[in-house]
Amino acid sequence: MIAQLITSFIASAGFGILFNTPKKSLLQCGLSGMIGWAFYIFLADNYVDSALAALIASLVVGLVSQYFAKRYKTPVIIFSVAGIIPLVPGGLAYDAMRNFVENDYNVALQLAAKTFIFSGAIAIGLVFSEVINQIIRKYN
Amino acid sequence: MIEAVLMMDAGEMNVESISPKNRDIIEVCLLAGKIMLQSGAETYRVEDTMFRIAASYGIPESHSFVTPTGIIFSIDGDDPSKLIRISERSTDLQKVTVVNSISRRISSGELSVQQALNELKEAEKAGMAYSIWVRIAAASISSGCFLIMFQGMWNDFIPAMVAGGLGFSCLLYLHALVQIKFFAEFLSSSVIGLVAILFVSTGMGFELDKIIIGSVMPLVPGLLITNAIRDLMAGHLVSGISKGAEAFLTAFAIGTGIAVVFSFY
Repeated sequence: MIAQLITSFIASAGFGILFNTPKKSLLQCGLSGMIGWAFYIFLADNYVDSALAALIASLVVGLVSQYFAKRYKTPVIIFSVAGIIPLVPGGLAYDAMRNFVENDYNVALQLAAKTFIFSGAIAIGLVFSEVINQIIRKYN
Repeated sequence: MIEAVLMMDAGEMNVESISPKNRDIIEVCLLAGKIMLQSGAETYRVEDTMFRIAASYGIPESHSFVTPTGIIFSIDGDDPSKLIRISERSTDLQKVTVVNSISRRISSGELSVQQALNELKEAEKAGMAYSIWVRIAAASISSGCFLIMFQGMWNDFIPAMVAGGLGFSCLLYLHALVQIKFFAEFLSSSVIGLVAILFVSTGMGFELDKIIIGSVMPLVPGLLITNAIRDLMAGHLVSGISKGAEAFLTAFAIGTGIAVVFSFY
């Protein structure tokens, strides 16, 4: 569990460097990635459906990024992009692709559909966080 | 008759005395939008920034049409609309941040049109904040970390780091070398596949699939995928669909690169 947290922190901050994020924001990038991944593995370990877990995790990433964005007066995208990187279903997409290549179309299509739903869930989570943010702003 | 000519003259002079200023404002808006779009900002942020800059320079009505490959911007009145073509896109969040703060300062009235233009031109020229070696190191360390996150073994950490680093350097090199899109991703992912197979067949690596997944992650178009869906949900249908197509083709190129290697293995 601790190894998971540390590696997700480093991976998100590393992607911050790849995306040329300003140096002073790297720490927050790593943090938002770590928090999102922690939520995801906690939920997935407790038998929550993986797409739902991804939705909740990306919702959390979105909220955390909006907090950082307001606090440091930078665009949200900086934190949210690095934050969702651990959630991106690269492994699923890869498995789907590999099955396509091995002519196992039934499994491949299943995995592809799963990948699509997974990335949709991430996007919906991010949009939800924005909705929550707008509602809060309206009532303040 | 003479009166009409005089009036026309007066009208033209009037337009000319306003136009240079408006032309500069349009140029500031377009440059800001261009830098943001090239650096991977969301479509709504680009439109919003251009609208705000125009509004704070006293043009309340401006219209823009932003797609990943070009921006059309026009303001109400006699001034012509302008079009900017965008051919090269990358992810450079530093530039997004810089342009964002310039637009904030314009909104608060700190910058004149000329100052803003100079600052934006400087921002456009700025290079990457991290040297190429730092970026390659970041890519390889991230690859190793992804392996652990996907429940891989610590024994495979070094192979994933090497494969990821080599794949990413290959991508950087090819992007500078070849102008054909998706070719760089295709070749880099085949390099990753080859290196991973090499590690596993020499007994230095164990789980082939996990090594490949981890090291392919720096190439995966994660930002594009989410931006595409965000754009679609915000109602920017054209840019959402075209970004989605770009993301799909990139992912397809990566998958094909790995698949080609597997077909020989």
